[in-house]
Amino acid sequence: MSPSSIALVVICAIVALASALGFYAGTHRKMSLEQWTVGGRGFGPLLMWLLMAGEVYTAFSFLGASGWAYSRGAPIYYVLAYLSLGNVLAFFIIPAVWELGLKHGLQTQPDFFLLRYGSKYLAGFVAAVGVVFIIPYLQLQLTGLGIIVEIASFDRIGRTEAMVIAVAILAGFVLISGIRAVAWVSIPKDFLMLLAALTIGIWVPHHYFGGIGPMFTVLMRAKPTHLTMPGATHNLSHSWYISAVLLSAVGGYMWPTTFGATFTAKSADTLRRNTVILPLYTISLGFMFLTGFTALLVIPGLANGDLCLLTIVRKTFPAWMLGVIGGAGALTAMVPAAVLILTASTLFAKNLARPIFAPTMTDDGVAKLARLTVVALSLIALYISIHSSATLVSMLLLGYAGVAQFSPGVVLGLFWKRLKLAGVFAGLVVGVTCTTFLDLSGRDPLDSPFGNLSAGFVALCLNYGVTVVVSLLASIDFDEAK
Amino acid sequence: MPTRPSDANRPSLAALLLALIPFVAMCFSVSAWDRITPMVLGLPFNLAWLVSWIVLTSVCMYGAYRIETSRIARDSARRGANDSENSPE
Repeated sequence: MSPSSIALVVICAIVALASALGFYAGTHRKMSLEQWTVGGRGFGPLLMWLLMAGEVYTAFSFLGASGWAYSRGAPIYYVLAYLSLGNVLAFFIIPAVWELGLKHGLQTQPDFFLLRYGSKYLAGFVAAVGVVFIIPYLQLQLTGLGIIVEIASFDRIGRTEAMVIAVAILAGFVLISGIRAVAWVSIPKDFLMLLAALTIGIWVPHHYFGGIGPMFTVLMRAKPTHLTMPGATHNLSHSWYISAVLLSAVGGYMWPTTFGATFTAKSADTLRRNTVILPLYTISLGFMFLTGFTALLVIPGLANGDLCLLTIVRKTFPAWMLGVIGGAGALTAMVPAAVLILTASTLFAKNLARPIFAPTMTDDGVAKLARLTVVALSLIALYISIHSSATLVSMLLLGYAGVAQFSPGVVLGLFWKRLKLAGVFAGLVVGVTCTTFLDLSGRDPLDSPFGNLSAGFVALCLNYGVTVVVSLLASIDFDEAK
Repeated sequence: MPTRPSDANRPSLAALLLALIPFVAMCFSVSAWDRITPMVLGLPFNLAWLVSWIVLTSVCMYGAYRIETSRIARDSARRGANDSENSPE
């Protein structure tokens, strides 16, 4: 067999076996909306860990982390900091959210807003904003998947074909098994991704330079500025680092997907333990950086840094290993894509379509509409991914900046009693408008007009300011009216 | 009807202080540790610093976890004593 056929067979086998797990996960269960979206709130520590790790470590971790290390250098370290610190924040926030979820039967992030603030319009707005910012993140996964399969199959499967096949499979197991499919497919995905990260990150520097230490010594001499901030960029300085870490740490658990996934946990304690352990998983990303740095020395001059990991793997390893890595990479994109589609569909059907346009719809009707939305959304995401040329990094930052805007409503909502609906609504509108404006102005999302601060961070600060000030004003009016 | 936050959510000061440590170490103090030398176990200093702090973050949060779980157990015992109908979770 030719190397390309071997790689192709291995990729297909991995994707097929993992997908079979996904289809199997939901058989023998009646899929009510509660089962479909939050797995009947029965996930213990292990499934929970797999689900959370499955959602956080995405196609970006696979391609973007090495790609940034390759093209930008030290600023990529912000990923290590924000993933760890995001869990620190989550430790205080998500168990409290889970308690409310259990008591009041919450399934989604807008459900939380509806419960806390009592306005279906705010909840509908949160749902709409959630769906809008899920799309670039979904697009990131699909584009990443296309790149991975194309290179790993020696161009035997084209980018578009790979995306079409993967979307068909993942829409299938989402329709049948819901969130349970995602947790189960995460098992082979996490295992293979860890294996791939360790193998590549250790072997590649060893193969070319005799070890990680010698590789860094060579890199230090060849490109002395690459290994401290701002690295190969002119603007990713220390102030940028701090603002990007804070923004992303806050944004991490504000994704409607991650937020919704907390409701699958069996207990608040499961979630607390999970946030204590999850930072350790972040270390696996460090190995992706090592690969990116080695690639910079061995195969310099790639136009698109996102391709460096797979290019150096193809140059270094035998075909079957390329197949394993390609398969792992494909799953790493498919699992988050599946949960993004599932969540966006539930948000649309349950929190936007029913309360605002069709209040008489039954629960079964919502479940049916959510499944129809899965199909529609898969097609839309596919269309956008095929016709877009944005880089992975810009898609990621746009999504994080958008969803971080939910944090005043959640965090202050849990801990501050004087918070008012008007404040949250006004803050959210200002934050989202500001984020959208900064994006539409066509700027590099890393380059904000406010000195070296991440643009989304500025929007988030404005959002918090407006939320607090409007809430205080609203409570003064209330007292005087009395 | 909107639901108000309950005081049971409020974490203890000790747990919050423990959680502040990783923020200072990995985020705010960046200009103090963003350099290449001395290299540690073959890694540039800044990367070695962050990797160590990933582990230490888990250690800090384990401490916070111990503090918070005992506080929650105390709180629910007290609530159970005040209100006999309120079954402990």
